[in-house]
Amino acid sequence: MTTVTEAPERVGPPSKAARPHPIRNLLIKRSLIGILTLVLVSILVFAATQTLPGNAASAVLLNTATPQRLHALEVQLGLTRPAVDQYWTWLTGVLHGNFGTSLANGQPVGTLIGGRILNSLVLVIVAGAIGTLIGVGLGVLAAARRDSVLDHVLSVTALAVTALPEFVVAVVLVIFFAAVVIHWFPAVSVFVPGTAPWSNPKELVLPVATLVIVVVPYVFRMMRASMIDALESDYVQMARLKGVPKWRVLLFHALPNAIAPTIQVIGLTFLYLAGGVVVVEYLFNYPGLGQALVSAVSDRDIPQIQAIVLVLAAFYIAVNILTDVISLAVSPRRRLPRS
Amino acid sequence: MARKPEAIAVLGRAVRTPRGAVGLAIGGCVVLVAVLGPAVAPYSTTEFVTKPFSRASSIAWLGGDVLGRDVLSRTLNGGWELLAMAAVATALGVIVGALLGVMAAYHGGSWDSIIMRAVDVILAFPQLVFALLLVSILGPKIWLIVLAVAISHAPQVARVSRAAALDISERDFVKAMQILGIPGRRIIRRDVLPNLTSVLMVEIGLRLTYSMLVIAGLSFLGFGLQPPAASWGLMINENRVGLIANPWGVLMPAILIALFTIGVNTFTDAVARASLGVGGRAIEPEAEMALVAREVA
Repeated sequence: MTTVTEAPERVGPPSKAARPHPIRNLLIKRSLIGILTLVLVSILVFAATQTLPGNAASAVLLNTATPQRLHALEVQLGLTRPAVDQYWTWLTGVLHGNFGTSLANGQPVGTLIGGRILNSLVLVIVAGAIGTLIGVGLGVLAAARRDSVLDHVLSVTALAVTALPEFVVAVVLVIFFAAVVIHWFPAVSVFVPGTAPWSNPKELVLPVATLVIVVVPYVFRMMRASMIDALESDYVQMARLKGVPKWRVLLFHALPNAIAPTIQVIGLTFLYLAGGVVVVEYLFNYPGLGQALVSAVSDRDIPQIQAIVLVLAAFYIAVNILTDVISLAVSPRRRLPRS
Repeated sequence: MARKPEAIAVLGRAVRTPRGAVGLAIGGCVVLVAVLGPAVAPYSTTEFVTKPFSRASSIAWLGGDVLGRDVLSRTLNGGWELLAMAAVATALGVIVGALLGVMAAYHGGSWDSIIMRAVDVILAFPQLVFALLLVSILGPKIWLIVLAVAISHAPQVARVSRAAALDISERDFVKAMQILGIPGRRIIRRDVLPNLTSVLMVEIGLRLTYSMLVIAGLSFLGFGLQPPAASWGLMINENRVGLIANPWGVLMPAILIALFTIGVNTFTDAVARASLGVGGRAIEPEAEMALVAREVA
């Protein structure tokens, strides 16, 4: 999400070494910044959950806190040691894959969230891929038939439903497809623990559909605008005058140039999905990270909250880096040093 | 530089476009329901009027909720707090974000890098997750949720205003004033900030929909107003077990939240177009791309 909004970026003079491997250099630079950001995020998460006044132990015990229980839990959480020391122990644990022990059920957090990461990833990737395809397809269609009835209907609808809360979309889908009107799909997921989410695709339909409806408007609007921009350019005029078939102009001349700004938005939709899964997983009872986060927050299960938030932030940062690299790879013009 | 009327002029132009008028009407209706609702609700929010999930009847026009309370009365009462929280969070986020962005742009140097690095850290969290993180420590307090949403808005607003302010501070009239020795604070207040008016007006609209998204989402997850209070997000969650018996308990709050988002989106789009000077439908592709980019970020 870095390059979209920062229009007048301060750019230093291009170094000579930057020319031969722009993608590799960007990858290295962004990864370093990403790691730094992740370290800062981990400090913030740790400081917020563990060292704030009215410390974690009393937050967990609430009104069941007796001095003895409080002290026992403080020792268990390591709250009696200096903050920097606590952070260091936690961080080295995390780097070894040890996220601590859940306060809710005493199991290692790593094993609790390990399988859930995969489940959430399936949801995000399936919804992101379908949303991208539909958004790009409709965007190209609307741009090719600009100012037609279809274009107007799609544009106004996309504008209106942007930023519609996921749970609103979800309950409307449940009303129509699961509960009141027709009964095609289950309203909540019933997964047997240990089975892969894709082994029962029917349960995935409504959660995925919700997320797709939420992300399509962004991809569609960006694709339509950048496609119209490309279609108005001189090279497309030239191709048309040359007598290149219309579909060929659309798909081979305009689309490759229009896709770069859309890739930024596609990256952003994957980020958006990382937040969107929280509500959708909770609502459909889908066994992913988001559902675990909601119950961890209810139970004040601090080690689990720390781990899940950190995983989500790492996903965020990784997608950002990937987006920048891909959009650089598909737009050769930007690889040249900016003047 | 009499810039104050500009905001009003842009709003006036926006309202006169079909999109602006429709958006304002839809959003305005939801606000009216939320604000006037408590005064016209037939029952109190906690009164047991009918059987749980009973169908619509002459006693309860939209039926009963999970405990047999009046769905209509709870709907009429459940919006104002949500809207007020969204409004305050948006205002706070936009003000703080704009100030940070302008400071980063105008002072440059280490100010710029410190502010922008802090922005990156906050941006590494999904908004809802950031709010959940704060709620997990201090509990679901109203002020905390408003603050969390405001903090998570500030980075985006800071980025947009930094870009716009950088653009303005490069212009000749600002340079001229610097040469004349006019203090920086005065230049920012009198010349840079007013020039950000239209940028910020669009930003307020965009952030308002996201405030609603996060605050209603938290309410739905049970981290907003606590039962037995009536709140649209909470109502949807409470009543979804009785979806088949009485769908109104879920549908009404969902429709109102959706209409609010649709109205604000449509009106914001009209404002953005009016501020660009394109009243009609033919918005330049570049401008539209820039707008969408701001929206998703």
